[in-house]
Amino acid sequence: MEPRNPITKEQIQRALRERHSAGVQDKLDHARVAVAGLGGLGSNVAFALARIGVGHLHLIDFDRVDLANLNRQQYFLRHLGMYKTDALKEELLQINPYLDIRTDCIRVTEGNLPELFAEDPIVCEAFDSPEAKAMLVNGILEHFPQAFLVSASGMAGYSDSNRIQTRKITDHFYLCGDGIAQTGPGYGLMAPRVALCAAHEANCIAQYICTTKGEEP
Amino acid sequence: MIQINGTAVELAEGTTLQDYLDQNQYNPARVAVERNGAIVPKAAYPSTVLADGDQVEIVHFVGGG
Repeated sequence: MEPRNPITKEQIQRALRERHSAGVQDKLDHARVAVAGLGGLGSNVAFALARIGVGHLHLIDFDRVDLANLNRQQYFLRHLGMYKTDALKEELLQINPYLDIRTDCIRVTEGNLPELFAEDPIVCEAFDSPEAKAMLVNGILEHFPQAFLVSASGMAGYSDSNRIQTRKITDHFYLCGDGIAQTGPGYGLMAPRVALCAAHEANCIAQYICTTKGEEP
Repeated sequence: MIQINGTAVELAEGTTLQDYLDQNQYNPARVAVERNGAIVPKAAYPSTVLADGDQVEIVHFVGGG
């Protein structure tokens, strides 16, 4: 159904340029970011990147939205049972219908990783399990040494906000989180602290996009 | 002397990355290792001998996302 008064692409572009300046927005428009895992980290990262007008997003997850996700993930009751890729894409297009959003409803493996991320100069690791995190980070750094990778480790519970940090491991690999707080009994993942860590990841990506020179990576 | 995660450590001659991870109870399925600015492929852990002057960063992932 067509909205009655559709906002044009030009109107959105003007609004973003008013906020961010044309020079910054040009870089964001052309940027391409893959978000691997669309849970508490990935859904929040994708929201932040969509809001600032990152032009090309690649959303990857195999899972469906579950009621237990709503304590921290950017979904609504109407999304229960939907694939996260479909639910999140629908939401992001309500923020900006002119974004180019590719989705892959698939579990990332060592085998499919090289093909899956072949067109992604920037990758955000946003998985839940430590083995999946390590697999993605190792795979991206081995297969795509020129890619810019941001990963996260340690954001469970409700301990100090300021322990969540962004740390540079190499020029191409940054790590966010407190490095310690894993999920355990009585210490689950909760919206505030997961969102803090997601914001670290999103801002690290924004920094990279906005401070690199104009040429395509 | 070898720098591992910012700390200077003394290792026996010939210690490999795999040896170090085993000795320090790292789960190899949950780590990524960077040595002198480059990732060490997992398959190369047993053959990577840690040498004097190496800068090593072992990222150990915990669950949650």
